Amino acid sequence: MSRPSDLVQGTLDLLLLKILALEPLNGWAISQRLKVVSGEVLQVSDGSLYPALHKLEQEGWIASEWKPSENNRRAKFYSLTRLGRRQLQIEAANWTRLSDAITQVVRLEEA
Amino acid sequence: MRIEHWFYTLPLRLRSLFRRRRVERDLDDELQDHLDHKTSEFLAQGLPPLQARRAALRAMDGLTQRKEQCREARRVGFIEDTIDDIRYGIRVLKKSPGFTAVAALTLALAIGANAVVFGVANRLILHPLGLPHAESLYGLQRPTFFGRLSYPDYADLRDRNRSFESLAGYGVASVGLDTGDTSTRAWLLEATGNYFDALGVQPYLGKFFHASDEHGPDSAPYLVLSYGYWHSHFQDDRNVVGRVVRLNKHPFTIIGVTPPDFQGAILFFFPAGYVPLVDQEQMDGVNLLDSRANNRSVFQALGRLKPGVTPAQAVADLNSIGNYLEKTYPKEDSQMTFQLAPPGLYGDYLGRPVRAFLAALTLLAGLILLAACANLGSLFAARASDRAREVALRLALGSSRSRILRTLLTEAVLISLLGGVAGLIGSKVLLDWLSVWQPVPRFPIHLLLAPDGNVYAFALVVALLSGLLFGIVPVRQVMRTDPYQVVKAGTRVIGGRRVTLRDLLLVGQIAICAVLVTASMVAVRGMTRSMDARLGFEPANVMLADTDLVMAGYNGDAVPAMQKRMMDAVAAIPGVTSVGLTDQPPLGEDGKAPVVFAEQTTDLRPANALGRAMSYNISPEYFRAAGTVLLAGRAIDWHDDRNAPRVSVVNQEFARKIFGSVPGAVGHYFKLRDGTRVQAAGVVEDGKYGSLTEDPEMAMFHPLMQSPSSVTWLIVRSNREPRQMAAILRKTLRNLDQSLPVTIQTWSQEMDSAWFAARVATVSLGVLGLMGAVLAVSGIFGMAAYSVSKRLRELGIRMALGARRSEVLQAGLGRAVKLLAIGSVLGLILGMLSARVLAAVVFQATPRDPMVLGGVVLAMMMLGLLATWIPAQRALSLDPSTLLREE
Repeated sequence: MSRPSDLVQGTLDLLLLKILALEPLNGWAISQRLKVVSGEVLQVSDGSLYPALHKLEQEGWIASEWKPSENNRRAKFYSLTRLGRRQLQIEAANWTRLSDAITQVVRLEEA
Repeated sequence: MRIEHWFYTLPLRLRSLFRRRRVERDLDDELQDHLDHKTSEFLAQGLPPLQARRAALRAMDGLTQRKEQCREARRVGFIEDTIDDIRYGIRVLKKSPGFTAVAALTLALAIGANAVVFGVANRLILHPLGLPHAESLYGLQRPTFFGRLSYPDYADLRDRNRSFESLAGYGVASVGLDTGDTSTRAWLLEATGNYFDALGVQPYLGKFFHASDEHGPDSAPYLVLSYGYWHSHFQDDRNVVGRVVRLNKHPFTIIGVTPPDFQGAILFFFPAGYVPLVDQEQMDGVNLLDSRANNRSVFQALGRLKPGVTPAQAVADLNSIGNYLEKTYPKEDSQMTFQLAPPGLYGDYLGRPVRAFLAALTLLAGLILLAACANLGSLFAARASDRAREVALRLALGSSRSRILRTLLTEAVLISLLGGVAGLIGSKVLLDWLSVWQPVPRFPIHLLLAPDGNVYAFALVVALLSGLLFGIVPVRQVMRTDPYQVVKAGTRVIGGRRVTLRDLLLVGQIAICAVLVTASMVAVRGMTRSMDARLGFEPANVMLADTDLVMAGYNGDAVPAMQKRMMDAVAAIPGVTSVGLTDQPPLGEDGKAPVVFAEQTTDLRPANALGRAMSYNISPEYFRAAGTVLLAGRAIDWHDDRNAPRVSVVNQEFARKIFGSVPGAVGHYFKLRDGTRVQAAGVVEDGKYGSLTEDPEMAMFHPLMQSPSSVTWLIVRSNREPRQMAAILRKTLRNLDQSLPVTIQTWSQEMDSAWFAARVATVSLGVLGLMGAVLAVSGIFGMAAYSVSKRLRELGIRMALGARRSEVLQAGLGRAVKLLAIGSVLGLILGMLSARVLAAVVFQATPRDPMVLGGVVLAMMMLGLLATWIPAQRALSLDPSTLLREE
């Protein structure tokens, strides 16, 4: 399974889950939202987005539904499932722990 | 958590598998949507349409790879590949229907044979009794009398033992059952009162009788019907409970019906119903309930061990009671030692030979399967080398070797499943047919062999395993394939003259087939020999009419009077040359063998006896009607009645053993157990009395007038056609007494039960031998045809260069014939060794019989000739010019 090399392992999953926790979106909208929320710092290539989404779907964390999009075309909308919400909590907690630990390490070096 | 996970993901997986096209279109649409958005973004930035499109694609970073990643996320790749393999396999197999049919048929035979043998073992040995906790149920066995007990001995064992919850027993009786409309003969079990309670069965209708219902002889006129008899003779009439029917003219009340799946404690005997054993006198016409010396009342004693009691403890317990009984009743009781065995197959008496026979069959069926796998293995190896080019091409195009092997294995498994299903259908037909078959017409004997889930599962597993087994034969070949060499050189890479795996497989297969052919020859030969063996009587042209006069209410002096009337009436039928009467024909089912003593013996305890002699009570005409030859002295005549001194005619073996010689026996005396002095008036030839395979046994024939019996077998020798004779006999006897049920059959039919075991053995071994032969033919044929087709070009060149026909044949088929010869010799030797095992089952089986040896050699040669005929024709009809022009 391929993961974006420019993101910390597992971070993309967390980002996607978080974005979908706010509202159901289709693929294109997710890619736009990613760009906006991360302030273009986190570069997610268009190509790696869809395998990641499909993987989350197959894990049962997000569900998909075909609906008309804003320009009245058929688009696949993803939304968070109950399992996904739980997964988001777990991954968010993991991330906080990890980043806290790294921050501390980084500060140690500075001191 | 897990369940919720599956709640979301299972529909997705199923969708991925079964709505694959839809899922693929969705993926395309989704990515296309993204690309459209992206393109319009680039367009907005001012790029020309074509470049905008290209830029959008580039941003996707390889559309095809991304799609493949999305597919991988579905996690059904393995299944999808398998489905692809199966589709491909079906296509390939469809392309060569001949090969597919032969391969599947070969396997169908082999798997069918195994399924049948397993089905029989499954019913008879693995899951015998459909009773609750059948594993704690044991039957009693004794070293003699086939485990039979006298009623007083049974009662003592029942009351004194501490090992059984409840010790039950039963006997078998044939009675006249009169429902008011019809009078028919029916087989009943005479069961002790505790029988149903000891087995732990509940009635389907009404109630059962219990120990508390027994109050001495003829005190419990209750009949429990079996479900099958109730179904077939009372049309499922639920009001039957409470109805009164007549058994041997005595009124009995039907009190209940047994459940449908209850078949008693014995697996193959299906009685019409059950009556209390205390009614013995009404059923059998004699009351032996008080006779300790007569080991006839209880056919088998059985019961459940108490919890915590081991079989060894129970045996010790029974033996100490037996020891006590022998000491207390030295005149009556001997050999009161016991063993325990599962009751279903009548303990070890039938159980041991049945198990031995099934073990032999399992072995042979396993060999068949092995031969079939070897056969298919070499076929697959041949195909794989034919397909070397295809394999090489796929390898060159980047397919992995394991993927190719999977494809080949899938083909093998497909064939094996095809064969497995066909074999299973065949075996089900055969087993169902065997289940309704009544091997011995007189008796309600069936073998319930209908296959259950175990058999289906077994066949499926065997099919899969054998598919994998022969499927892996070409593995080495594929692993070694060098795509570059094959594509460059074509398929015509002819190996050296080394011994290949295929050769070994063929030799092995032929050896196995030769073993099977040898085994069946030995069996068939044994059977024909035992047909010729001297029986001590001539069953040809004889009709038997048997009945028990008790069934029509005769007793006392009415019995011999009626018997005399029957003989006179039958003798008056035109065409009848002689009529004899006996209480039991030789090779009958219920032979008696009481002890005999020397004349001077006074202490008549069994231990002092000279031996046991088969005992028959016969009319004066019996020997002439039966065709038994008188060797010395005189036969019995009408003067040997109750007022005359006791006489008897003995057989050769008796004369030799008791009196030293045949002439020395005439006029001398011996004693019976009750002290009666009997004079041997004459000597007749030896015969078979208990079974066809027995060693010579002693026998004595008493005059019917001196020891009367209500059991009546008329031996009618005539020169008329049997069916016609049967009709006249029936009419004649009905005219004498309409209420007397009589069974009429030819003596040969009656002997079916004696022949049963030998016939079953011969037929099953014969069928397996035939299968072996078929496999040998298809194996040699496959090999020969393949080797001819492989070398067509070479043979063509040879012919073009002027080779003679014999040389062409030699080149094309020499190897196949050589392998055939090696395999046959190997198989013959193995077969000779294994035939020793057969001797235990098949009468007169000896492998050192020139007929067998010659027969096997001839059979294998014929098979070889048959199998190489078509390939040889093909090799000889080659036209070198067309052949060489082809390539």
